[in-house]
Amino acid sequence: MKNSSKKITWRQIPQARLAVWALIAGEFAIFGGLIVLYILNRLKYESWGEMAQHTNVIAGTINTFVLLTSSFFVVKAHEAAVHKDKQKIKLWIWLTIACAFMFLGIKTYEYTHEIMHGFTLPGNALLAEGKTVEVMYWSFYYTMTGLHGLHVIAGALALFFVMRKVTKTEENYHHIEAAGLYWHMVDIVWIFLFPLIYLIH
Amino acid sequence: MNTHQKHGFWHRYFFSLDHKDIGFQYMLTIFFMVAIGGFFAYVFRMHLAFPDMEVPLFGLVTNTDYNMLITNHGLIMMMWLALGMLLAVAGNYLIPILIGTDDMAFPKLNKLSYWFFLISVILMVTSFFLPKGGVRGGWTMYPPLSVGDFGYNTPYATFSDRFFSSNSFVLLAIVFEFTALLMGGVNFFVTTLNKRAKGMTLMKMPLVVWMINIASVLFMFSVGPLVAGTFMLLLDINVGTGFYDPYRGGDPLLWEHLFWFFGHPEVYVILLPPLGILAEVISVNSRKPLFGYKFILTMTLIAAVLSMMVWAHHQFVSGIDPRAATVFSIFTIIISFPFAGIILAYIATMWYGKLRFNLPMKWAVGSVVLFTLLGGFTGLHLGASVFDIYAHDTSFVVAHFHYTLFPTVIFGSFAGIYYWFNKFSGRELNKTLGNLHFWLTFIFFNGFAFPLFLLGLAGQQRRVANYSQIEFLMQDPLPLYRQIATISAVILILTQFIFLFNFIWSLLKGKKVSTDNPWEANTLEWQTSSPPPHGNFKTYPIVYHGPYEYNIPDRDTDFTPQNEK
Repeated sequence: MKNSSKKITWRQIPQARLAVWALIAGEFAIFGGLIVLYILNRLKYESWGEMAQHTNVIAGTINTFVLLTSSFFVVKAHEAAVHKDKQKIKLWIWLTIACAFMFLGIKTYEYTHEIMHGFTLPGNALLAEGKTVEVMYWSFYYTMTGLHGLHVIAGALALFFVMRKVTKTEENYHHIEAAGLYWHMVDIVWIFLFPLIYLIH
Repeated sequence: MNTHQKHGFWHRYFFSLDHKDIGFQYMLTIFFMVAIGGFFAYVFRMHLAFPDMEVPLFGLVTNTDYNMLITNHGLIMMMWLALGMLLAVAGNYLIPILIGTDDMAFPKLNKLSYWFFLISVILMVTSFFLPKGGVRGGWTMYPPLSVGDFGYNTPYATFSDRFFSSNSFVLLAIVFEFTALLMGGVNFFVTTLNKRAKGMTLMKMPLVVWMINIASVLFMFSVGPLVAGTFMLLLDINVGTGFYDPYRGGDPLLWEHLFWFFGHPEVYVILLPPLGILAEVISVNSRKPLFGYKFILTMTLIAAVLSMMVWAHHQFVSGIDPRAATVFSIFTIIISFPFAGIILAYIATMWYGKLRFNLPMKWAVGSVVLFTLLGGFTGLHLGASVFDIYAHDTSFVVAHFHYTLFPTVIFGSFAGIYYWFNKFSGRELNKTLGNLHFWLTFIFFNGFAFPLFLLGLAGQQRRVANYSQIEFLMQDPLPLYRQIATISAVILILTQFIFLFNFIWSLLKGKKVSTDNPWEANTLEWQTSSPPPHGNFKTYPIVYHGPYEYNIPDRDTDFTPQNEK
């Protein structure tokens, strides 16, 4: 144990951070599976490119910026947590949660838009035109973005409860970092989904 | 350290945060599920051997009943018994106490995971009583069979028809169960890395802790796509997505890939924890250090990686590219090398040891013998696509996977239960009943599973409700084989009541243990009182030795407790 002063041992890593790492690994397995399936099908079916043109790229781009900005806010919240500054933690986390709401709002607008244009889930309008493979595209679209949307909600809830607990009890400031890590995961998943679903025509 | 308090029944069995209580809750819940699964097995085995007879306690088995029975037998035994027993029970009870700590890293998460498991059990059991009866599509749930009559292309089906169908309920149950086990896995991982006793380096951990953790990580990476896939199937049924529906551009083969990408690593997920239990039991009862601790660990890691690359050997007849089939055949055959290595290491551990053939050791040796001789070897045959195409979907496959799963899951669990019973109850199991239980189980398990090999080679397809109309399968001696298998299976199931009686009676009235360390073992759980108090140890132990240092020269005893200087 002589060199242990330099070497980081597992015990020195906070438990919350380890747990979130494990959780993120599990989430990547779930999203990774979906993304691989999507890519395989995307390569197989040319016509998915046409369908991708019906997505709202501008709304998607704005949403990407919203999420990236929220990640910045979470980093600021982590910085505030390092200095144990309760007011700033609250400020930055609330800004992050505001971004989450904004993201979900824009997403709802997109969904409404697409459903109004007949790209619904049972896909009866498309089926009537004989477009079967295209229904699969919208199946993937709604499943992947919907699942991601659920993670945005989960991440925002996690941030809210962690902030409330940390600012009330004034201990375990590193929990902010753990919740932030999860939020970054939500962000990164979107970074993968956005080009795959919206941009590749 | 927390002080030990007596709690009421509700508090102890529903709201306790103690890892030992949670492990015990899991075990009781699983016993309940096994009773259902075992009863189903009894009914359809009786029906197969005596086709037109009314089965006692059930009545006449229709073809629909038969499909429902085999499907739910498979689902319950694979998802709730095997995964639950070996990840949840073993992990919860063993990890904290074997690494010398007071509890899991996140006790509340642990409790939550049990509640999720309970919800999954409730959903599963409810599914039998829904209007259209239990699921009938085979335990692998291939669409369109698993979509059943409720699919989105059925015009008259309403949303409530679709949602309140056993198909939706079972898929939800599976999602809940996977979530429970994933939460458990996060807990195991963090507890093992972060809460080990002082001096307990990773290489001084008992092998079973390693095995459960590797299994949990393997589970996490293999189950992810299937969690997504299960949701996709749920959406296919309820919302009208088209993932598995060719009419909507999907492909039913996709499910087979997702299912087996989980399903094949899963058999290693449920094989590794019993291998860990065997390592403990065999080393203690051979009074010798475990042969090649690091070797076994390396082989396990190699097998874990390889297990992600073998899944399509379940699909040789599903129309996959023959070139791909060759690759998957080769990987399947390669993966038997690491396991052969592990088994040889166990045999080497027993070699020239002072063997003590007590009950846990009998189960352990029985497990090694049956798993290697019949389960493993027939796996090699089936792994080769050439033979698999002939034997696919016959009783040969049924016999093969019963010979792999029964010796590991059931024998391994019993080795663990007989080994650690003294610890968690503070009482002893009755030895006579234990011996009777072991020998009857050993004999009649073989009596049940071995004839299935012969029937399979004779061409008997599985999942056929009534063989009496298939002429070549009614030639002598095939009906006799079926009857031998069935009678053995019935006795095998009845034998488990001996265990159940022994378990409950010993738990309540059994002889109190005279010593805390009856097996003279090194690992930390035997260095505290039986049953361990809340918080496990009076003072945190400090570890000085590896877990398998038996028969060290210049010591008075032939064992060296890990926390003794």
